[in-house]
Amino acid sequence: MRNHVLILPTITCAAQAAHQITQLVSGTVSFIHQHGCAQVGVDYEQTFRTYAGLGTNPNVYGVVVMGLGCETHQARRVADEIAKSGKPVEVVSIQDHGGTLMAIAQGARIAASMVADASRLIREPASVTELVVGTECGGSDACSGISANPAVGWVSDRVVDAGGTSILAETTELIGAEHLLANRAVSDRVAKRVYEVIQAMENRAFMMGVDIRTGNPSPGNIRGGLSTLEEKSLGAAAKAGTRPLQEVIDYAQRPSAKGLVWMDTPGHDIEQLTGMVAGGAQVVLFTSGRGTPTGSPIAPVIKIATNSLIYERMGDNMDFNAGTVIEGTETIEEVGTRLYEELLAVCSGKLTRSEILKQHDFGLWRIGPTF
Amino acid sequence: MGEAQREAHKVVMLNPADSVAVALTNISAGTRVRVACGETVFEVELADPVEFGHKFAVKPIAAGEHVIKYGEVIGRAVTVIRPGQHVHVHNIEGIRGRGDQLGTGA
Repeated sequence: MRNHVLILPTITCAAQAAHQITQLVSGTVSFIHQHGCAQVGVDYEQTFRTYAGLGTNPNVYGVVVMGLGCETHQARRVADEIAKSGKPVEVVSIQDHGGTLMAIAQGARIAASMVADASRLIREPASVTELVVGTECGGSDACSGISANPAVGWVSDRVVDAGGTSILAETTELIGAEHLLANRAVSDRVAKRVYEVIQAMENRAFMMGVDIRTGNPSPGNIRGGLSTLEEKSLGAAAKAGTRPLQEVIDYAQRPSAKGLVWMDTPGHDIEQLTGMVAGGAQVVLFTSGRGTPTGSPIAPVIKIATNSLIYERMGDNMDFNAGTVIEGTETIEEVGTRLYEELLAVCSGKLTRSEILKQHDFGLWRIGPTF
Repeated sequence: MGEAQREAHKVVMLNPADSVAVALTNISAGTRVRVACGETVFEVELADPVEFGHKFAVKPIAAGEHVIKYGEVIGRAVTVIRPGQHVHVHNIEGIRGRGDQLGTGA
């Protein structure tokens, strides 16, 4: 539904050069980050999986992988993984090219050629069975669980019934509501995984010796009426609709089943978004009560207001208003129907605010320290 | 919108088993509201001002008792709560993820 040429810096040291290529070549996207070096074990693997996942997202036409040369995350290894998908991919290494200016020139040359090729492709109809929709809530308020999240859940059910895939995430924000998902798991094994990832997330708070509420819910959530994590989670769980839970997958992992799946991510908006897109989400339904501009360089993010006040006040960053439910002028089903149409329109080319305003956000969920 | 409709959408109760309802506009203390969920109806006078999106009790909640919203446990009361009182971080606490309470037997 999109056809970006991605300049993928696998190492923080190459991020500026990658960014500079996007200034030279129209049709390219990139992101700034701080990762890719001095990482070990499962943390390294998760970062690798995220890079490869972004590069193989269906919204990406081709990739220029930029490395420095000496780093832990060898650009060549990431490029080889992406190449398995059949997409055009090339590697540019700053050290091999004798510095950033030469690397930028080479990267821009390759990217320009890819953009030219991508521009010749004609949009063709595709089935909803190939659709992977991410669902997210950020800057939530008490309306989230009453208006926008249930509407997203309605759309999630519709996508699943049509044979597509819907990704539920934000494990932290399911603490207190996990039994509702476990009860819908297709097997005992999946139900067990639900409790495992919840336990692991809760253990992180215990390990830090702190009340999880010092981090979640946020001050904005609290001003918006959410008092506890459990309350937030019960509202967040509404995004998952009513259909059975097929599997629980790791951060940035591709679903192996169609239908409703749960990806283990933190509640951090941008880390969650990045994980879902790396897992193949082509579009994201993102609800907000307090207002957030967050977007992705690769996937359109449809920003859904939980209340009409925020839809007016932060209109520049909002795509859709679910606040009519609060006012009583529309039912969840009516809003859900409208939202499903918006989803299809965005899939067919309609730009979202976060795309237009260049919100090329990127965040990696690190699960190990930097050395 | 008529006065009756405006009244009807001032509050919402999500489940008949809930101990709280949510204000859908800012409501001042002293206001009497009718809260209905299915067959369950409460007449409540607000003891505190309650902001848009915030909760108030529809029934008495004992100290230490679970607070119910969406038909599920959202936390427990840290003090006695009377019907009509604002229910929020000052009088209820979450139970999950309490790394601060490890070893206290809480």
